Amino acid sequence: MKPAWRSGNLLIGGTITVLILAMALVSLVWTPYPPTKIDIVHKLADPSAAHWLGTDPFGRDVFSMIMAGARSSLSVALIAVLVGAGLGVPLGALASARGGWVDNLVMRFTDLAFAFPALLTAVMITALAGPGAGNAMLAIGIFNIPVFARVTRGAALAVRELDFVMAARATGHGEFAIMARHVLPNISAVLLVQVTIQFALAIIADAGLAYVGLGTQPPFPSWGRMLNDAQTYIFKAPLLAVFPGAAITTAVLGLNLLGDGLRDLLDPRLSRSR
Amino acid sequence: MNRILATLIATTLFAGTAQAAKDSIILGMPLEPPMLDPTAGAAAAIKEVTYANIFQGLTRINDKGEVASQLAKSWTISGDGLTYTFALQSGVKFHDGTPFDCAIVKFTYERAVAADSTNSQKGFFEPISSTACPDPLTAVITLKRPTGGFLFNMGSGDAVMMAPNSVANNKTNPVGTGPFVFKRWVKGDRVEMERNPAYWGPAPKIASATFRFIADPSAATAAVMAGDLDAYPLFPAPESLDRIRTDKRFSVVLGSTQGKTIMSINNERAPFNDVRVRRALAHAIDRDALLSALNGTGKPIGSHFVPGNPGYIDLTGAYPYDPAKALKLLAEAGVKPGTEMTIKLPPPAYARRGGEVIAAMLEQVGIKAKLVPVEWAQWLDQVFKQSDFDLTIIAHVEPNDLDIYARDKYYFNYKDASYRAIYQKWVETSDPAARIDLVGQLQRKLSEDEPNVFLFSLGKTGVWNAKLNGLWVNQPIFNNDLSGVFWSE
Repeated sequence: MKPAWRSGNLLIGGTITVLILAMALVSLVWTPYPPTKIDIVHKLADPSAAHWLGTDPFGRDVFSMIMAGARSSLSVALIAVLVGAGLGVPLGALASARGGWVDNLVMRFTDLAFAFPALLTAVMITALAGPGAGNAMLAIGIFNIPVFARVTRGAALAVRELDFVMAARATGHGEFAIMARHVLPNISAVLLVQVTIQFALAIIADAGLAYVGLGTQPPFPSWGRMLNDAQTYIFKAPLLAVFPGAAITTAVLGLNLLGDGLRDLLDPRLSRSR
Repeated sequence: MNRILATLIATTLFAGTAQAAKDSIILGMPLEPPMLDPTAGAAAAIKEVTYANIFQGLTRINDKGEVASQLAKSWTISGDGLTYTFALQSGVKFHDGTPFDCAIVKFTYERAVAADSTNSQKGFFEPISSTACPDPLTAVITLKRPTGGFLFNMGSGDAVMMAPNSVANNKTNPVGTGPFVFKRWVKGDRVEMERNPAYWGPAPKIASATFRFIADPSAATAAVMAGDLDAYPLFPAPESLDRIRTDKRFSVVLGSTQGKTIMSINNERAPFNDVRVRRALAHAIDRDALLSALNGTGKPIGSHFVPGNPGYIDLTGAYPYDPAKALKLLAEAGVKPGTEMTIKLPPPAYARRGGEVIAAMLEQVGIKAKLVPVEWAQWLDQVFKQSDFDLTIIAHVEPNDLDIYARDKYYFNYKDASYRAIYQKWVETSDPAARIDLVGQLQRKLSEDEPNVFLFSLGKTGVWNAKLNGLWVNQPIFNNDLSGVFWSE
């Protein structure tokens, strides 16, 4: 039997994710104040009806900044995951299909990529190309490639041993067709779960990069930089650090719950045991 | 058990003695010097480390901004103001043992004006027509024309004495005559120096000094609070001061500097070669709001001169904050709304944070400011050396540096014949009243042309251990003279 809290995961995670997504989308057309608008007279205001989450040291509306920050975080994470999955999945599929030296080459490449922490990769890339959201996407994306390559390879290898794949092979289907028509659809659940997990990790990575000044550049707000800016004000205006921190935590929690829920829902092994 | 007790007692005793005998100092600075030869580059950080500690000049500038004696114990000036006769200190030796005498003075001053000299203040030495050495301890300097401020200039970090046999390596291994000997430079982290045992003057009370480079305001605060730094003379996180003030371990000392924080404009690049655009930028920036946002302790300025100097005139009313006027001027100059301008931001907090505020203010007048944070070495190379920038925010900390607007080649590319004419007259005038009038004209001319947007004078907030004495309250020239620093108790 499926415990009730499992479906709860899906519900809570999905709701949080949708809310954050909605916040990011709404920020495209509306925020309470323009997120970069400076109003020095009202700096460091406490939360009030006028400024729901107060204002920062430059008098910018924190709620507006969080909304706009959701946009930059989500877009960096989305592109990064797309880059990672877009290159990693075909690589993993190739490795599993060809085996032999191709497999070895791909796996050693992933070993190599794993040897560099994401942050280090990002620092390297930004040292070469300058800091910015684009380079942060690229850096986090590159870090995601080996993850997807490995997951795809592992899952695909298992599926390729199954009888229906052999049947397809026996009836003369090419490796490419088998991969596209039989293997990938059967591992899509695993990949989808991986996407949500990597998405959450990418949000943390983006916040980390922005925190050290390598991500989204000012004046456009980002959660990580808001945290950094709040640091020296922590004894004066502690809420400044709480709100972006809570935003990051909530987004990551939501995505992880969603990932858990999806895995329970989609994982064929779990469905069999039901 | 006994053993543990013994160890405990020994440790306590040992720690106790170490505490009482504190004779070292660790100082925090926002920027790391690009090299350590103050006569070969403009970065103030070089002087903040080496001036008065490693290198010394004939004269020096004291903490009140006055000229005092140093390697020259006294001097006389001829009636026509053209001949300066310096009596040199005897028994002075460089750290490597080279004796200091008049030949060193001659070498230093001739090197500063040589064709290959990279001295950032060549103009200080240009009036010198000859340096003669009637005997090793007398230097006679003849000028081409009377030069007001000559003794002051010779007391700057750009005029410190260097010996011919060590000069080539001074960028990485500085050898001077000062009370401290260079020990090592861990790039990206710190410079260490220790007491010069053979110092010619009164021996410094502290045995060793370390300069650490921490630009990030939060990191600087943490380092000070944790006691990793004994002093941060130009503390970059004013928002933390309230908390530090309540902590009895520290002294918070407010003072002034000669720093002029400006938004430099590349005067050669379109559209900034149009004075209307530069004036529009000046109108678009609310200096009071900027100072408030930065928690700055300085004062708004209207020209390249700070309050408190003789001849200062208040020109802050020339370009009042007026976005409507700025929009009008921009429209007249043909700058379309949505035009992108790049602001390169060096690491100091006034630039990084000020940039965000200024970007928001420029947005109000339809300018899209693209903020590009750059490291200090990059700034020196791209902006200062190659003039590859639109706008940047920087504090010019040299006193009396109105000459930078009269130079043929300076990074913001302001070239104006009438300014140069007034400047030339000012340099050649030694009558105090006439000089005051001329310095007023210079300030007005700069305000009128607004080659840069003059923002505010750089206040000085020093934070240091309450038991530390002898650091300067004000910073008339940028330096950290440690010769008089000592620990009380």
